[in-house]
Amino acid sequence: MGEYAIEMAGITKVFPGVVANDGVDLRVRDGEIHALLGENGAGKSTLMSILFGLYEADSGSIRIRGADVRIHDPNEANALGIGMVHQHFKLVHNYTVAENIVLGLEPRTRTGGVDLGLAERRVAELSRQYGLSVDPRARVESITVGMQQRVEILKILYRNADILIFDEPTAVLTPQEVDELMAILERLRSEGKTIVLITHKLREIKQAAERCTVLRRGKVVGTVEVAATSEEAMAEMMVGREVKFRVDKAAARPGELVLKIEGLTVKNAKGFDAVRGLDLEVRSGEIVGLAGVDGNGQAELIEAITGLASPEAGRILLKGRDIAALGIRERIRLGVGHVPEDRHKHGLVLKFRLDENLALKSFDRPPFSGFAGILRPKAMAAHASEMIGQFDIRAAEGPATTASSMSGGNQQKAIIAREIDLSPELLVVAQPTRGLDVGAIEYIHRRIVAERDKGRAVLLVSYELDEILDLCDRIAAISKGEIVGVVDAAGADERAIGAMMAGLRAPGGAQGAGAGA
Amino acid sequence: MARRAAGLGRGPIVRLAGSDAAMSVLVVILGFLVGTALVAAVGRDPANMYRAIIQVVSGFDLTRGTWNARYIGEWLVASTPLVLCGLSMAFAARAGLFNIGAEGQYIVGLTVAQFVAFYGPPVPILHWVLAVLLGMLAAAAWGGLVGFLKARYAVSEVVATIMMNYIALYLSRYLTMLIPGTNTYKTPSFPATVRLGNAWLEGLTNRSRLNTGFYLMLASVLFFWFLMEKTRTGFALRATGFNKDAARCSGIDVTRSTVLSMAISGAFAGLAGCAVCLGSFGYGRVLAGLDNYGFNGIAVALVGNSSAPGTFLAGLLFGMLQSAQPLMQSRQIPKEVTYIISGLVVVFISLRSGFGLILEARAKQLARKGKPRDE
Repeated sequence: MGEYAIEMAGITKVFPGVVANDGVDLRVRDGEIHALLGENGAGKSTLMSILFGLYEADSGSIRIRGADVRIHDPNEANALGIGMVHQHFKLVHNYTVAENIVLGLEPRTRTGGVDLGLAERRVAELSRQYGLSVDPRARVESITVGMQQRVEILKILYRNADILIFDEPTAVLTPQEVDELMAILERLRSEGKTIVLITHKLREIKQAAERCTVLRRGKVVGTVEVAATSEEAMAEMMVGREVKFRVDKAAARPGELVLKIEGLTVKNAKGFDAVRGLDLEVRSGEIVGLAGVDGNGQAELIEAITGLASPEAGRILLKGRDIAALGIRERIRLGVGHVPEDRHKHGLVLKFRLDENLALKSFDRPPFSGFAGILRPKAMAAHASEMIGQFDIRAAEGPATTASSMSGGNQQKAIIAREIDLSPELLVVAQPTRGLDVGAIEYIHRRIVAERDKGRAVLLVSYELDEILDLCDRIAAISKGEIVGVVDAAGADERAIGAMMAGLRAPGGAQGAGAGA
Repeated sequence: MARRAAGLGRGPIVRLAGSDAAMSVLVVILGFLVGTALVAAVGRDPANMYRAIIQVVSGFDLTRGTWNARYIGEWLVASTPLVLCGLSMAFAARAGLFNIGAEGQYIVGLTVAQFVAFYGPPVPILHWVLAVLLGMLAAAAWGGLVGFLKARYAVSEVVATIMMNYIALYLSRYLTMLIPGTNTYKTPSFPATVRLGNAWLEGLTNRSRLNTGFYLMLASVLFFWFLMEKTRTGFALRATGFNKDAARCSGIDVTRSTVLSMAISGAFAGLAGCAVCLGSFGYGRVLAGLDNYGFNGIAVALVGNSSAPGTFLAGLLFGMLQSAQPLMQSRQIPKEVTYIISGLVVVFISLRSGFGLILEARAKQLARKGKPRDE
């Protein structure tokens, strides 16, 4: 038995125009949690796809537990005990958990039917062994995303994998689910599994991994012992320069009241009150963060402010004018900007060109539409070129680039460019940096602060408390559709905010605390 | 050990699969190849099939060495309603809707035109203009109603349009039979003022039935293209078609887009009804069944990728196959072969995404030509 479970040496993989992996060496010890860190496009996913048999390397060698192997497809990887939990789950939604797990390897009854009873027992057994507490009979569509991820884990455990690859596993999870996943990873490790964790979140690496290999532009920058390396040092290795974690910003200078929400009640799609008698104020020149666990009414609140949903009760005052009954378009005209949480669903028309997307909210007005409503493509392209320069949007074919072909970070920059360019009174920003790399996050945070400094009112919704603490001037904690408390960000206690997010009232009447530092 | 295939970059096949227009051309050629093989397989000379087709589009009879422009005229007459119904389907498709109701909208347009023919003012020009306008308007309302039901009450436009087709058919039969002098299958003859006959076009094509409806069709193709590609209304419709949620989020009135696209879609089909009724027939018909132009329009739009020029060309293609039928029969080619060819073309077009998948898998195999995933 060798010391290493995986030894990849000199892996090179060239795509047209891109060297995705350039002589990459990766050695993962048997029974460790090994993080693979790098920005988007650094070659992490390519490297793991090669290990999992999705791609074949141009050169280099792979040894699994000391034996030389060639892996041509995922089935061969499975046979070698390698399993992968993909970022986007591959589950059949109307099947039960057990059915999903045994799919393709179903235990048979004597008559050749699927022995579901046996399948459920085996799944329950595995679930107990690794502390996953998954109900084998639940339907996948009725369980949470975190649970679905556990089903994916069980799927590969059921196939007897002992090397588990996790591709950005926390991207879709709530903070609690992230903590639970970290515990599961530790449990898997203690049961003797080897784990490779692909991520660009340093905090998770600190929490879970023993060693970390950093990739940058297809090359290995180094492999470090996590315990002996600071987050800053790892970030620097990843980005190739010093990274500022704290957002540099001057003290807020809040001005007039821009958004005032009074007694707002909004029903969700299922007909329940998701927002219940909520009050909130945002002034010009300040960033108010809405801290809360996903699903506590944030989405419905944003829908009510932007006009996507109509409230049951309450008032939404924009500079003193009640906009609760106005249409989406009127609100855009009055200065409500919106960076939506789901950029693919709500933010962009992916099959449109970049210049069309940048004009998506203003295409029907000059300069984009002229006489008799005739479009002016040249004006759109010129505007797009300007935005590309101003917001550092990387698009291969400039204004003519199809949005779907752009990277996530650049898509998000395009949305932010569009919203800021409309110079809204109020900028509602939801999860602006989800799934983006450190460089893009830094940039987007800077732009949001710059908007604040221009005197805009910014309402930021994020499920990542760090982001809220970094960026905001005041923090409002939301729980079950109500604002539990509002505190100044300066000197805010993370634990106290966490308690409020869980629905506990803030100590000492922080409610409605004044703005400013 | 590395295969240098990666250096080839995007192969011509992959690029071709990316271009919808090229794919359509490829698919049509494929359809003809299979059709040719079939004709040969039943022991007939495939060259005769092509002689028939050449005669339809050029007027030349290669067997006898004669030329008659009437064939060209008849080809264009047959293509006119196909193009228009194709535009109807395509317009809705661009806005993300599936309009199976072109058939019903066609019938509504046709029926209203028949009534205007008998009860409208028999003033030259004004009479047919009024008939066409009212026919289109009624068909627009017929389609727009489905759009309204969809936008307001989330009624599936597919189910609604199919139902509306039958309502239109039987309503048309009932109403047309109320016209005095109508027997079980036709009305008395139309007054000359409402006919779309065009002496110049007839003269040009040796007394074919080619009529003003052809001009109206050309104008419709231009209108479609201009509205869809060049105006803000088209921008809103296209955005809605690609991503309804993002369109709504951006302040585009999705309800308006849905009603408007179904109404305009209906107007195209209604115009097809008017062109057939006032152009090709001299009398009103008590419809015994569906004319099927509406359904053929689905295939036309599919082959034409729902673009104006594509739909125009695809309509001409299907019109060509339709007019070639009698000429094929006279040359001992079973006319059913044209149905097989159009059927195959539609099947192949529908397989396009399948082709795409195969090419993708091949590309992956061939040292993975595409871009790295997720990076």
